Amino acid sequence: MTDTSAVENAITIRDLVVDYGTRRILDGVNLTIPSGQIMVIMGGSGAGKSTLLRCILGLKKPTSGSINILGTEVNGASTRQMQALRKQMGVAFQGGALFSSMSVAENIQLPLREHTRLDDSTIEIMTRIKLDMVNMLPHEHLMPAELSGGMTKRTALARAIIMDPKLLFFDEPSSGLDPSTSAELDDLIILLKNSMRMTIIVVTHELDSVFKIADHIAVIGEGRILETGTPEQIKMSTNVEIQDLLHRKPRENVVDADAHLRRLVGEEE
Amino acid sequence: MECSIKPEAGYDLLQLSGEVDMHFSPELRETILDKIKDGSPLLIDMGNVSYIDSSGIASLVEGYQTAKTANLPFGLLNISGAAMQVLTLTRLDKIFSLYTNAEQFRQEL
Repeated sequence: MTDTSAVENAITIRDLVVDYGTRRILDGVNLTIPSGQIMVIMGGSGAGKSTLLRCILGLKKPTSGSINILGTEVNGASTRQMQALRKQMGVAFQGGALFSSMSVAENIQLPLREHTRLDDSTIEIMTRIKLDMVNMLPHEHLMPAELSGGMTKRTALARAIIMDPKLLFFDEPSSGLDPSTSAELDDLIILLKNSMRMTIIVVTHELDSVFKIADHIAVIGEGRILETGTPEQIKMSTNVEIQDLLHRKPRENVVDADAHLRRLVGEEE
Repeated sequence: MECSIKPEAGYDLLQLSGEVDMHFSPELRETILDKIKDGSPLLIDMGNVSYIDSSGIASLVEGYQTAKTANLPFGLLNISGAAMQVLTLTRLDKIFSLYTNAEQFRQEL
């Protein structure tokens, strides 16, 4: 079940298909994510990026295809192998997913208390180190209901990295944040990659963040990978859908106006 | 991780090598605290540490704090690039006493 040749690529996805009923959400996705790099998966709403993320995290079973994470083939992995793999993965969910009855510090140290036998003093220091990294140390005793959107994101990030994961997943890090807070979070993501040897996978449609943090970009549209490349390669792409996405043109805005009118009045199918 | 203690004139040299992660940091913590309990100044050579995670950093912080309380010198020697990046990220480079050669530490005893 373990394939060491795949380790230089942290994640290798082959021919991934996901159907919901009769609707195909992912349609033969192939993607490799190199170790120690930041891969941004971008695409418009409904493109399939969240479904792809859910498959990688093991939250959604694909209809067909394979996912290899850190040398372990996910399909067919034992429960023990999946548990070991999950310990190496940190996830910062879009909404934070913090426990409302626990303080910021208690939320962050929960994975350590559940999955390790580290001494209490070590756990307390690790918690404060991570809180300091995300600039939340002065707020460790606050409850989630008392946090702003940016504070919630930073707390979720601190919890995601508390176990020093090899893989960090970040779902829409900038959404709902002011530009300054968003830029701080981007800087932090880059620092984590550089200093903690993390492979970071960010799902977002925020273009400012994408081109600031990405080493590689995968653009997804209608369930397929439209293109992968460096930020420069993606900027230079001749793919019309990618250029529309980069220039924030909804597809409907580029159709022929007369043809669109005829469709609206029912003169054209 | 490999960890060995070498008695030097006036202090103990703790030599670390390899990866210091959650599997090994409890051993590192115990070794550091035991040496401080013995009342000896401690210099930790990290020149051959290829990786240190936050549990390893936490063990160093606890050791530093315990040594400070006991009024014992506690230093880190030859911090490698990767370890230095983690210390810088956590701003602990401003707290620990860092040395590039053991003689510097010895002269400050």
